Amino acid sequence: MTQWTKVALLDDIPRLGARVVHGRQGNIAVFRTAEDQVFAVEDKCPHKGGPLSQGIVFGDKVACPLHGWTIGLGDGCADAPDEGCARTVPVKLENGVVFMEL
Amino acid sequence: MKPMKLVMVGNGMAGVRTLEELLKIAPDLYEITVFGAEPHANYNRILLSPVLAGEMTLQDIMLNDVDWYRENGIRLHLGKQVTKLDRRLRKAYAEDGTCESYDRLLLATGSNPVILPIPGKDLEGVVSYRDIHDTNRMIEAAGHHRHAVVIGGGLLGLEAANGLAQRGMDVTVVHLAEWLMERQLDRAAARMLQRSLERRGLKFLLPKQTQELVGENGRVAKVRFADGDEIPAELVVMAVGIRPNTALAESCGLLCNRGIVVSDTLQTYDPRIYAVGECASHRGTAYGLVAPLFEMAKVCANHLALLGFGRYQGSVTSTKLKVTGIDLFSAGNFTGNEQSEEIVLHDAVGGVYKKLVIENNQIVGSVMYGDTADGAWYFQLMRDGQAIGEIRDHLMFGQNHLGNAGHLGQSKAANMPDDMEVCGCNGVCKGTIVTAIKEKGLFTLEDVRKHTKASSSCGSCTGLVEQILASTVGGAYTPQASADKPVCGCTDLTHEEVRKAIKEQRLLSIPATMKFLSWGNPNGCASCRPALNYYLLCAWPHEAQDDPQSRFINERAHANIQKDGTFSVVPRMFGGVTSAGDLRRIADVVDKYRIPTIKVTGGQRIDLLGVQKEDLPKVWADLDMPSGHAYAKALRTVKTCVGSEWCRFGVQDSTRMGIDLEQAFWKMYAPHKVKMAVSGCPRNCAESGIKDVGVIGVDSGWEIYVGGNGGIKTEVAQFLVKVKTPEEVLEYAGAFVQLYREEARYLDRTVHFIQRVGLDYVKKRVADDAEGRRALYQRLLYALQGEKDPWRERSRQASDSREFETIEI
Repeated sequence: MTQWTKVALLDDIPRLGARVVHGRQGNIAVFRTAEDQVFAVEDKCPHKGGPLSQGIVFGDKVACPLHGWTIGLGDGCADAPDEGCARTVPVKLENGVVFMEL
Repeated sequence: MKPMKLVMVGNGMAGVRTLEELLKIAPDLYEITVFGAEPHANYNRILLSPVLAGEMTLQDIMLNDVDWYRENGIRLHLGKQVTKLDRRLRKAYAEDGTCESYDRLLLATGSNPVILPIPGKDLEGVVSYRDIHDTNRMIEAAGHHRHAVVIGGGLLGLEAANGLAQRGMDVTVVHLAEWLMERQLDRAAARMLQRSLERRGLKFLLPKQTQELVGENGRVAKVRFADGDEIPAELVVMAVGIRPNTALAESCGLLCNRGIVVSDTLQTYDPRIYAVGECASHRGTAYGLVAPLFEMAKVCANHLALLGFGRYQGSVTSTKLKVTGIDLFSAGNFTGNEQSEEIVLHDAVGGVYKKLVIENNQIVGSVMYGDTADGAWYFQLMRDGQAIGEIRDHLMFGQNHLGNAGHLGQSKAANMPDDMEVCGCNGVCKGTIVTAIKEKGLFTLEDVRKHTKASSSCGSCTGLVEQILASTVGGAYTPQASADKPVCGCTDLTHEEVRKAIKEQRLLSIPATMKFLSWGNPNGCASCRPALNYYLLCAWPHEAQDDPQSRFINERAHANIQKDGTFSVVPRMFGGVTSAGDLRRIADVVDKYRIPTIKVTGGQRIDLLGVQKEDLPKVWADLDMPSGHAYAKALRTVKTCVGSEWCRFGVQDSTRMGIDLEQAFWKMYAPHKVKMAVSGCPRNCAESGIKDVGVIGVDSGWEIYVGGNGGIKTEVAQFLVKVKTPEEVLEYAGAFVQLYREEARYLDRTVHFIQRVGLDYVKKRVADDAEGRRALYQRLLYALQGEKDPWRERSRQASDSREFETIEI
């Protein structure tokens, strides 16, 4: 059964930014785009494990702060020709509250 | 809305590149249909020579296979030649009756080889050298016959001759002109080329006119010349030139004049019909090299996508022969005229010939043989129209690669074996780069960086990678003129155009700038946003809106991110001077926060490594020292020597000067990091010669040097001016960095800025123009007025502490 857990208010996440949610599954980066869409991706770049939460967010992508790989927020996957994916976590936004499926 | 119909006639590199560009910017605008006369999908025609020479196969040189067309929803008619266009009904008809109607038509019919109208031209064994079919016929002939004659000593003819020789044939090249490649080479370079090809076993007859091909049992057997000579030949390759294929265009009444005449938007006289590639004639020129075709493709796609900006204004081309082991490069007007001057270096025994043609203090052409390492550099100087006065005395010796680190001091890619490392950052060997270029069909430096990572980190091997690219793809490689390099993929505008708009339109935020300049992506990308943020703050200090989300994490968190996600903290020590109190507090902070590593930096400071992000504000508060900005594109450190206060040699108080400089300019953001140093005597213990601003005390005052760099590529700082007083040092140094702040491109260090604008320009603005200098200095002081120390700010009020806190669940 899916268990939705409240993790933050939308306002707690900077627009075009991210927050780190620390839980049993390790660190999850919760992103907020310019259009207030939210995404949750494991905070670990498939390249060398860089903290994606610290990258620059644009469109629905983030640039990893360590070596600049571009990771799609929707699927967690690197833009070609780079290869690799970070795990994504289901997330939803209801009345300004962000829930994550844990 | 129903998509419009786009039909493309011709399935070669220029046309397909246009479709690729179009799909990138307007994927759903058209329903696309392609007619190709050949039975193959799109392959890399430039690499036919390696296929002929047996180094590659057709499979290796495919650029877009049939699947690519299917994946992109393109209907592909292979092996169908379009023979009729009805412009009124807007329909294209193929030989077999296939008919497609169009809203827009793209002609990319390429060119046909010129066949000499001589007796015997239709005999078996007489081929042209144009496509994979010709190549296969030549390979087949090489397996059964001995004598080959190549008519035409141009680029294509020589590559064909070399390939056939490598397949074991006895090859003679016949050429009408007095020397080989007369349209690309002068006599001296051509002689050297000929000699070196002769050493490989090729034979040459020139000048020689072919009169007749004599057959035996239907197959060619001999070539007979105008002077009566004859030589045996079972294979004759005609490589005497190409002619734009305009038959279809002419049949429907489109204006043609040695090519289908097109405008700057690549439209023919029927505006629904576009033409790109070798079949097009633009401002009287039909191009036969790939680089211009790709530039056309970009503009044409842009126009087809209804974006309407972008014009093709012609190309400057360069040539490189793709014969392994022979290095040859030519570009522009290499013969010169009455107004031009020449610089020539000719070493016949060493096999090196270089000629630069100069007009009005600019390079207008070059020919190089044997040592083409600097071809791309000269070409770039030529395209940029850069004044060469200052570097004229050492221009011929090339761009100085000596300071480069990380590849054993190699500066000539041709000399490197395949297994030698080119990129020391990412561990990429030459062979890997060559393979990627060939197999993935790469044409630009950016492509190579993306696919191989070579030169994508520190960039010091960029010159080598460009050389490898140039020698692998030959004339297809064009270094982009830096003058018109766009900021990033989100816009076609240059850095200068963007800055001008920000200033003139009084743009104060990133969204306003992007809106005004019609940015391609709504919130840009990780390349342009930091640049825009800097340009805004530089143009409108105290007014423009700083956007932390458009800064790299280091500047957002005011600390340097490390490989494990922790941060490093470098407190400021003005002029490298510290105190017992500061050191004691540092020691206490290290203990309290269990900081694993303390390191003394190269800039006379102390680095605390391995700090957790959430501890940063507390660490700053406990340190109670100013931010060192070691994380920022900003003034880093002012390194000093001990100076006259203690040193028995010192003639000036360099420590005091350094502290004054650092106190005046710290908190100053810039296009890139800025490092300074002050030495108290010419022994220069503070290493002022490799700093962005280096000051050296002499008995009678201070010498100021600028544009030095001790990093990726060692660059010695150049003398700017000598002044008398410490106040003058502040004013001149401040004016110089303000000029750099206002006019350099984001991420260019001072050395790159000076290379671009010239030291003379900097001297004029900073040393000669007293009023201008004071104005620059005042603008810098105004920008720095009231600028806060970010550490103190954050540790006191924790304004947006969200940046530093994790959410626990």
